[in-house]
Amino acid sequence: MSTWPLLSLVTFLPLVGAFFILTARGDEETVATSARYVALWTSLITFLLSLFIWFGFERGTAEFQFVERVEWIPSLNIAYHMGVDGISMPFVLLSTLLVPLCVLASWDSVKTRVKEYMIAFLVLETFMVGMFCALDFVAFYIFFEGVLIPMFLIIGVWGGVRRVYAAFKFFLYTLAGSVLMLLAMLTLYFITGTTDIPTLIYEAEIPRNVQLWLWLAFFAAFAVKVPMWPVHTWLPDAHVEAPTAGSVILAGVLLKMGAYGFLRFSVPMLPEASAYFTPLVFTLSVVAIIYTSLVALVQNDMKKLIAYSSVAHMGYVTAGIFTATQQGVEGAIFQMLSHGVVSAALFLCVGVVYDRLHTREIDAYGGLASNMPRYALVFMVFMLASVGLPGTSGFVGEFLVIMGSFQISTWLGLLVASGMVLGAAYMLLLYRRVIFGVITRENVRRMLDLGWREKTVFAPLILLALIFGIYPMPVLDVMSASVENLINNYQLALGEQPAPNLLAQLLPQSWGGAL
Amino acid sequence: MSIGVDIVAALPEVFLALSAIVLLMLGAFMRELSARSVATLAVGAIGLATVLLYFGGGRGELAFNGLFVNDAFTEFMKLLILIGSGLTMIMSLRSIDQERMARFEYAVLLLFATLGMLMMVSANNLISLYMGLELQSLALYVVAALRRESLRSSEAGLKYFVLGSLASGMLLYGLSMVYGFTGTTSFEALGQIFANQEGLPSTGLIVGLVFIAAGLAFKISAVPFHMWTPDVYEGAPTAVTAFLAAAPKVAAMALLVRVLMGPFIDLVDQWQQIVVFISLASMILGSVAAIAQRNMKRLMAYSSIGHVGFALVGLAAGNEAGIRGVAVYMAIYLFMTVGSFAIILAMRVNGRAVEGVEDLAGLSKTNPMLALAMAILMFSMAGIPPLAGFFAKFYVFMAAIEAGLHTLAVIGVLASVVAAFYYLRIIKVMYFDEAADSFDQPVGRELTSVLWISTVVITVFVLIPGPIVEGATAAAESFFIAAR
Repeated sequence: MSTWPLLSLVTFLPLVGAFFILTARGDEETVATSARYVALWTSLITFLLSLFIWFGFERGTAEFQFVERVEWIPSLNIAYHMGVDGISMPFVLLSTLLVPLCVLASWDSVKTRVKEYMIAFLVLETFMVGMFCALDFVAFYIFFEGVLIPMFLIIGVWGGVRRVYAAFKFFLYTLAGSVLMLLAMLTLYFITGTTDIPTLIYEAEIPRNVQLWLWLAFFAAFAVKVPMWPVHTWLPDAHVEAPTAGSVILAGVLLKMGAYGFLRFSVPMLPEASAYFTPLVFTLSVVAIIYTSLVALVQNDMKKLIAYSSVAHMGYVTAGIFTATQQGVEGAIFQMLSHGVVSAALFLCVGVVYDRLHTREIDAYGGLASNMPRYALVFMVFMLASVGLPGTSGFVGEFLVIMGSFQISTWLGLLVASGMVLGAAYMLLLYRRVIFGVITRENVRRMLDLGWREKTVFAPLILLALIFGIYPMPVLDVMSASVENLINNYQLALGEQPAPNLLAQLLPQSWGGAL
Repeated sequence: MSIGVDIVAALPEVFLALSAIVLLMLGAFMRELSARSVATLAVGAIGLATVLLYFGGGRGELAFNGLFVNDAFTEFMKLLILIGSGLTMIMSLRSIDQERMARFEYAVLLLFATLGMLMMVSANNLISLYMGLELQSLALYVVAALRRESLRSSEAGLKYFVLGSLASGMLLYGLSMVYGFTGTTSFEALGQIFANQEGLPSTGLIVGLVFIAAGLAFKISAVPFHMWTPDVYEGAPTAVTAFLAAAPKVAAMALLVRVLMGPFIDLVDQWQQIVVFISLASMILGSVAAIAQRNMKRLMAYSSIGHVGFALVGLAAGNEAGIRGVAVYMAIYLFMTVGSFAIILAMRVNGRAVEGVEDLAGLSKTNPMLALAMAILMFSMAGIPPLAGFFAKFYVFMAAIEAGLHTLAVIGVLASVVAAFYYLRIIKVMYFDEAADSFDQPVGRELTSVLWISTVVITVFVLIPGPIVEGATAAAESFFIAAR
């Protein structure tokens, strides 16, 4: 298997499927049906292929694996360089898993322009997987930005009432951030003479004052993508207006691209700047966790509530990454994966009731437990996983992040942990208002429970949320060597001092006082 | 040097001149020959000239007593000009009949304009520079006003002529200032004088340089000399606008690069400020002003102003990477523009041309392939990877970073975000809005093939950047060989 260009295969196979759908001819109904099947099979085969990556991946090493390298623009020393390590590999799996589920979830709910819809999703998959595999700046940037094209169309064509506004906001916000990153990448290229990510991680030595500027440019791109407070405002709009599957991919994968960027670029390549800006990141993360949780409490729109909860959950991730401790970073990555499964599933849950009643108003529902018991169960599992109940995947990530934060400062740990309480408040409130109570409306009473296709979609997600909650080792095993390597290099770059002490010096009194 | 060698050195130009004259005779004396056949023959002539240019290696570097130069840069730019002229002429084959401007002079004038452009690129003397520029401009003034019965077309032609003459006057004034203060019109001699002088150049020279830059900035429609562009683009027949937007921009940009990087390279400190300013102003104005436009042709005008601003970022850098960036940018700009105008030409409802952005509404339902091509072109113009437009910006900003022009680069990329808004709006109209009247089908073999060519070039550039990038690299090197 090692001779196969496995990563390229997984990356570009969806494009082949998209091409087949594009060439489909016939009357509209036939084309729609064949588009659905081609998209499903393509994404399933892609997922199966990506399983080879999971099983063939050698644990316990921080090396990049499945490496492919082809000269691309030789005059500029730019290559098509692909490879995964313990940090990026799980995200490849997450992406390939969510796409077939999205195709299934949109089977009946998308009725117009099915052909274009499926093409957009397959192209999106190529860009997402490619982004996590790319080991060259230029390739990374192309995949990172390329995602915008299909997502813009998905929100804009198949979205809700204010879809145009949301699509533009999403596109322009993200673009504004990423173009600054492009300049930072070019600057890096002129300092080091290479666009090769592993070389830059291990060999680049960048003067401190340059690091600070570059870090800010990268931050502009990644903070928007995460999204961090205060540049998160595109997310609720995009989530609310996007079709269900669009929200699933948005929450499941696209939000992870920003945090992945921090792990791949900011921390390893610009360690001094990262240390310098750590207090800023902590502040923004804590504000995100507390403020957006409070905002989520007063939402009347289900999707908006979950969108705000996403911002809060990503606050854990950014805080975890910048603790630069083994627990913090592993927790952040685990939280990302868990959030990818859980929030994706929550959006699917909203999609289920939206398909039946065509409203996302929380008050339009109530009492679903009596006529949709299976749905109530599924919703409960994911709601509790989102809250971070022990035994679900959400708990592991949040717990590790809080552990990491406590090593940095008690205050940070305390504030981050407060998010768990607030999270419980808004999620339980949502659950009570939608599921419990007495059915008062006729149209709600007539709603049917989950169909077999919906059950098929939820089954793997429930399994993952529970298995990784009870036994997280398989995932942590995959990433631990890479994370350890990342942290060692980071501390080495900061002058061989253990990170917490140095960080404590840099932190303002309120943060570091507890050390 | 014998005249034979000179003619061989300028073989494509000589061939184009002869074919233009022959076609003029044919058109004048063979009344039964339709304008379409003359135009088809003209396309053939451009094709042959391209072949002569491409396979006519081993030509002398200098010809006609140093008035004319051949190097990798001229070759690359001439290739672009011929491709641009050829494609836009193919596109117009149908439209000259539809728009009641089927006169044989159309093709002849465009051939002369193309010849003028080739001369501009190869100019190695202030005199040959002016000659090429005027040959191009005069032919285009007439073409812009070709629809005599149309008020808008006449107005566009007149506006173009008056403002163009003003710019030519400024240019000529600048040229005479430079001649007056140096005593030569030869680029080599000028370069030597500037290289050998000590201290600051005299004020007269600087004034001359500024006038030359202003005159050339008019031709590339850079801010603050852009005012003619939207009116002329809107008023001229669409086929002519397509022509104006593509090849002449490349030629004028090549000329600007040749002048500033050739004889005036040692005054880089003086002209760099000018170029940075017009680049910034063009990027910002092109991005912001286009937002309010409702007419596709006006929108393309502002878009081209913005693109020129981006290309000038490369020139402002003034290094080898910058010239490569300009060359790559102009190549990709050419294909994007040609493709976009092919779609604008296809915008006809019930036999009548429409130009509003809103007329594209729901194109993704009425004509999915056309909409897909337009979406690709628009995303490319906005600079979204993996399309070619991204690489165009990538190369110029790379040069700007290398030259340390960080502020210019930051403002430039932010302007590109603003510009993305109006490109997205076109996609929004096509994909998100309800369908309007569908366009007349079929759009014709000529348009379809041009559209295919440009869209494929834009799409596969990411996979096969070689031909354009290698050519541009060689072109850029030709300015720096002497310095090594």
